[in-house]
Parts: sequence; structure tokens; C-alpha cells
Amino acid sequence: MRWIWIDKFVEFTSKHSATAVKNVTLAEEHLHDLYPAFPIVPNSLIIEGMAQTAGILVGEARNFTEKVILAKIGRATFHRLVRPGETIVFTAQVEQLNESGASIRGTVTVKPDTPAALAPDHVADIELMFSHIDQNLAGLEFPDHNFVFTEQFTELLKSFRVDANVRL
Amino acid sequence: MAMAREEIFKKVQAVLVDALGVEEDEVTEDAVIKDDLGAESIDFLDIMFRLERAFGIKIPKGELIPDNVANDPNFVKDGVVTPAALAMLKQKMPHSDFSEFEKDPKLDNMSKLFTVKAIVNYIQGKLNS
Repeated sequence: MRWIWIDKFVEFTSKHSATAVKNVTLAEEHLHDLYPAFPIVPNSLIIEGMAQTAGILVGEARNFTEKVILAKIGRATFHRLVRPGETIVFTAQVEQLNESGASIRGTVTVKPDTPAALAPDHVADIELMFSHIDQNLAGLEFPDHNFVFTEQFTELLKSFRVDANVRL
Repeated sequence: MAMAREEIFKKVQAVLVDALGVEEDEVTEDAVIKDDLGAESIDFLDIMFRLERAFGIKIPKGELIPDNVANDPNFVKDGVVTPAALAMLKQKMPHSDFSEFEKDPKLDNMSKLFTVKAIVNYIQGKLNS
């Protein structure tokens, strides 16, 4: 299984914000593990989806030269469950970004099921902090190669840019 | 923008309560960020981000907390901060009280320089400069 919890980017503004979506399907095994007969997306994986959206935003800001690590979940407040058939929308906004890392404010919603329901449903508010680990205050050293941004993550951004060009 | 010391302290207190999940009454001026409030190294970045937001300031790398001192062989010998490093630290950290540390400048004691009072001093200096 690939450890990738977003399907595609739908908006990406370098150093500022990114929005990614994930379509939740009943075929996903993990949905059935938490509560038998009541499949939901575990909140921990919603945080992971937000971390991947935000992590790519933070990494791109420095052309993926930094190893960007999720250092802290400052706050995660959940307002509703996410069920199969829904589309999760992860929106990450950069609050602060500097040579040491970044702080991100994230909002999670789901797209409305019917055209009549205009507003997206609010799922969660998530605050994340990322560290550029080679710049860590403790002076710890890490391997030279960038083990964070594997191809499966950078391909997501490439796909978004290709799609954007096609639309133009 | 000048701000009364008590007002700065209250804001710093709120930052540390949020960043470290401690109780408000634990955050006294003399509390040591690591030893008394349980901060880990990654928390210091979080604290700096939160201070920047709370006070609308920028904290340049190495200004509030000098980086990489512990790993520099010129600064630490046999687990003790050298006189040259001590002089450098005092110059870089006028917001910290070195009187106790100077008596026993072991690297392990360095965390005691980072108190709530040091942060309040730093912010006060920054806002008044």
C-alpha cells in the first residue's frame, strides 16, 4: 500500500496556500477497522492528509531542498465524521515560514452531497508545525539525501501543474 | 511599540501554556523552560513561532537561542563551556541571567539560561528597540 492520503491538488500558491482533495471509497480496507459495520475515516489519517498537503507546500517553498518533518500538531479539533462516498478537501495556509521551519493553519471540509447544499461541511481545524530538520536547534545531523520527498509526493505537484497547463 | 512588562509577561505566559500544555500558574518568571516546563528541543521552534505571532515581531535565527553551541569543539571542552564561549554567549544573550551558570558552566546546566524571565527580557528589548 502506498502511504499517500491525498489524491490531487486543486490549488497551489507557492509559499502561501494549497488545497488537495481525497475521494473516500468503501473499498479502502482501513475504513472498516475502527468500528465494524460503521466505516469512517480515522481522524489520525485526516491529520496525515493535512500533513501531506501542508508538507508539500512547505517543501516546495524551498524547491524541496529541505527535509521537512512534521514536528508538532499544535491543535486538532474535529467537528464531524467522514464517511465513504465523501470527498475530503484539505486546505493549508502558511502562517509563518522561515529557515527553521513553518507553521500551518489547516481547514478540512467535505464537499456537499447535493447541489442544494451550497456550503461545504466543516470537518476539522488543524494547526501543524514543520521543521527543516537540517536546521534543527540541537545541531543533530541527518543523512544527505532527501528521504522525505519521495517521487510519490513530488509527482502529485507535477500532475497538478500539468493539469493546470492543459486547462489553460 | 512599547509595552508594559506585566503585559509582555501575560502574553508570554499564554504562549507557553499553549505551546507546552502547562498550567498558567506553572509559568512564573523564574521557571526554566526545559527543566520546569518540560520543553523539548522541537518546542523551542514552536515557542518562537508563537512569540512572533503574539507580538508581531521577527526573531532571527540564533538571536533568542544561540544555535549549535553544544556541537562546536571550540565552545565546549570536556562537557564544560569554555571561557571564550561564555563571553560570546553573554554578548549574544543579554536577556539571560548568567550569574548562576558562571559558577558551574557545564553544558548540562546551559538549559537553565532559558527562563521565562529571559524570554520576557528579550521581547521587552525587542519591542523597545
